[in-house]
Amino acid sequence: MSTTASTAGEAGASDRAGASRRTGTFYRGDPGMWSWVLHRITGVLTFFFLFVHVLDTALVRVSPNAYDEVIETYKNPVVNLLEVALVGAVLYHALNGIRVLLVDFWSRGTQFQRPMLWTIIGVWVLVMVPGTYFMLERTVSELFGGGN
Amino acid sequence: MTAQSETLALDKPRSPRRPAARRSNFELYSWVFMRISGLALVVLVLGHLFIMNILDGGVHRLNFAFVAGRWASPFWQFWDLAMLWLAQLHGGNGLRTIIDDYARRDSTRFWLKMLLYVSMVLILFVGTLVIFTFDPDIPAS
Repeated sequence: MSTTASTAGEAGASDRAGASRRTGTFYRGDPGMWSWVLHRITGVLTFFFLFVHVLDTALVRVSPNAYDEVIETYKNPVVNLLEVALVGAVLYHALNGIRVLLVDFWSRGTQFQRPMLWTIIGVWVLVMVPGTYFMLERTVSELFGGGN
Repeated sequence: MTAQSETLALDKPRSPRRPAARRSNFELYSWVFMRISGLALVVLVLGHLFIMNILDGGVHRLNFAFVAGRWASPFWQFWDLAMLWLAQLHGGNGLRTIIDDYARRDSTRFWLKMLLYVSMVLILFVGTLVIFTFDPDIPAS
């Protein structure tokens, strides 16, 4: 984590201090910093979802009916949208995590941290477009397709 | 005299070896763990999300029978158990770092971490218990 944050400081401490005085922010707002911020936010959201998800799955030990009733909420249109957000968050966290690994362990990782960020964003879009289609296909056809 | 006391501030400056570290290497090990578990979780979690949310109708085919079918296989039992432990420890360690970064008072930091550790123990215990004691023939209601 700290490794990704430090890539934002490549330009040098004095430059950063100058930017700090001008704008009142410590970091210079390099995309590397925002990738780190987004990594934290997606990680925390996923952790909170995991807490709920283990408890809802635990209902299989209560009764099949109790489990099936709660699992129905996953098929609700609004929750269905939240699932797209969850998959998007986890996918970003996974792709950026691979980028962090490359920055840490690949000898030229820091040099390519920025093109790697654009690459993972490209991969994210390429996966999310068909992914969103398949996740929402049934919900959309039930809501707007007139029950086919 | 003044100059000498200043040089004395550096303890054994030309000593060939540094004194043994007083603290543990826990932070190093947790840093390494984040990277190893992260790599495993890329496969485990993205595979899980792909099967559950995208493949073959996604969440609309999920129910008790679906879970029973999957956990009939030791492969998926092991997959889910590994995913549970790695994700919980990886996420818990991430939240520990975030609490350390943003909690300003020692008491806030302490209580947030206690809440975190209690929830981690709860989730690991409940999740592990459910995987090991799952019964496909449990009464319907």
